[in-house]
Amino acid sequence: MTSTNKLLLEAKGITKYFGTITALENVNLKVHEGECLGVVGDNGAGKSTLMKVLSGLYKPSAGALFFEGKEHVLDSPKDSQNLGLEMVYQDLALAGNLPIGENIFLGREPTKNIGFLKFLDFKKIQEMTSAHLEKLKINVKSADQKVEELSGGQRQAVAIARSTAFNAKVVIMDEPTAALAIKEVGKVLDLINKLKSTGVGVIVISHRMDDIFTVCDRVMALFQGTNFAESQLDKTSRDEVIGWIMGKK
Amino acid sequence: MDDKEKKQDSLYVKLIPYFEKYGILLLLVIMILVMHILQPDVFLSWRNVTNVFKQISWQSMLALGVFMVIVTAGIDLSVGSIMMLSLMILAIVAKAGAPWFIVVLVPLFAGFLCGLINGLGITLLRMPHPFIMTLGTLYIFRGTGNLISGGTPISGFTDEVRYLGHGRIDLTWLGLEKSQYLPVSLVLIAVVYFVFWVFLNHSRTGKWIYAIGGNPSAARASGINVNKILIIVYSLCGFLSGIGALILAGRTDSGYPNAGLQSELDAIAACIIGGASFFGGRGTVLGVFAGVMIMGILRNGLNLMDVSSFWQQVLIGSIIVLAVYVDVLRRDFGTRK
Repeated sequence: MTSTNKLLLEAKGITKYFGTITALENVNLKVHEGECLGVVGDNGAGKSTLMKVLSGLYKPSAGALFFEGKEHVLDSPKDSQNLGLEMVYQDLALAGNLPIGENIFLGREPTKNIGFLKFLDFKKIQEMTSAHLEKLKINVKSADQKVEELSGGQRQAVAIARSTAFNAKVVIMDEPTAALAIKEVGKVLDLINKLKSTGVGVIVISHRMDDIFTVCDRVMALFQGTNFAESQLDKTSRDEVIGWIMGKK
Repeated sequence: MDDKEKKQDSLYVKLIPYFEKYGILLLLVIMILVMHILQPDVFLSWRNVTNVFKQISWQSMLALGVFMVIVTAGIDLSVGSIMMLSLMILAIVAKAGAPWFIVVLVPLFAGFLCGLINGLGITLLRMPHPFIMTLGTLYIFRGTGNLISGGTPISGFTDEVRYLGHGRIDLTWLGLEKSQYLPVSLVLIAVVYFVFWVFLNHSRTGKWIYAIGGNPSAARASGINVNKILIIVYSLCGFLSGIGALILAGRTDSGYPNAGLQSELDAIAACIIGGASFFGGRGTVLGVFAGVMIMGILRNGLNLMDVSSFWQQVLIGSIIVLAVYVDVLRRDFGTRK
């Protein structure tokens, strides 16, 4: 299915140095509309660095990013957000002291003008939050609930809701199920499938083969900062992918 | 657990958010009642109440500034020194014969600049913690204030300059006596606190200040320019210290080297008593106001009862510890682990 769908995001020859350390070397990556790409690799293989490059948090030392066929230079996460590229971080990147709605719209709050001053439009935040959570079938007591009062799975759902609130085209998820109770993992994976069905391209970084083999269409492995292997999911097996993580083909 | 107990439990749980929001005001009301019972003739007299407000006027500005900084999980130890330096600059400019509107604007600008220096130091020099930067500027600003003034007091300002700290709004048109006036500084506190309440709760920048305190990496990942917001916060804190200097100039009619000595600690104490969390992201403008009032009333009440100032220190210290312990308990109840 993937080859027929529109190519959304492509990274070509991404290289990233931190001082004398080479975190990534000549890494390529592609993701299409409605496709889920799994990225696997051992600790220190460069997964997180690659995602931070894609989200604009790090600037690559070499290489280029193409979004819908056009080359873009990302100076900050704001740039990638403007393109429709969203990131769900492993530490969730939510402010626990703020309510759900304000977290979802953090940094992009709707405002209303009173004279020349701009004030937050709390009513609109509330309405948009409820509608959006409804659309993704995420159940919480109310949009006014503080995030620190939520369970791990609910927080992950809020983080994913946050990433898709502004018509995201590509969503990158860093270990989306790592911190969850087992019964909550399924709900998050359902949510990922729902995103795919709406045409969003999803990149999932995960250690968990169950996750990869439940939601992904294609899997690629990084090893010591380089592309090591890549395959359609139906043409590989768990054992083979685990082997890639350890650097064996 | 039987049904009755369950009901009580849920009522208790329901009360927590209200207690969290207004508990500090409850404490304030209790203190006022206790003081009134102990000193029925004096404490709630017009003269004494206005006196309390005049006494807390400049501290309340420092506390509000420090509060914003604490919300970002930072700290500003230099507010007392910023106020002293701004006051000294005001005094020198006034003595040089500048027109009053210049003299009034100068401390605000000086305070803002000092705060800007703090903000730039913390972000651009990448100080490991704001404590270090502002500890440095605590010495630097006070030293500079002493250098430019020669370490001696400079007295005598015009009425316009003294208006905010010393001015009186006549209320005889309401049928009150001449002695029952409204201090201008009280109106100023109300206006400044209201403006900053709106800023912190209803503007995007204000919301981002809370977000940074809640989780700075979340704020950064949301595309918020965290450094820019921090620079704004420290600059505003300096600006408020500048307002404090202007009020103090009016109250004391002089710029003096010991102005605001240790007042940074009072400001921090007021924030903590008022429920601001040192971990950042928590606290309200109303709470800070209550914190300032509690400290002011405690000092005033103990003075009225002729209690030694040494006991005042012990009591204020105890209240700080107690207030933070309540904060700890609240976190245990309120959040999931």
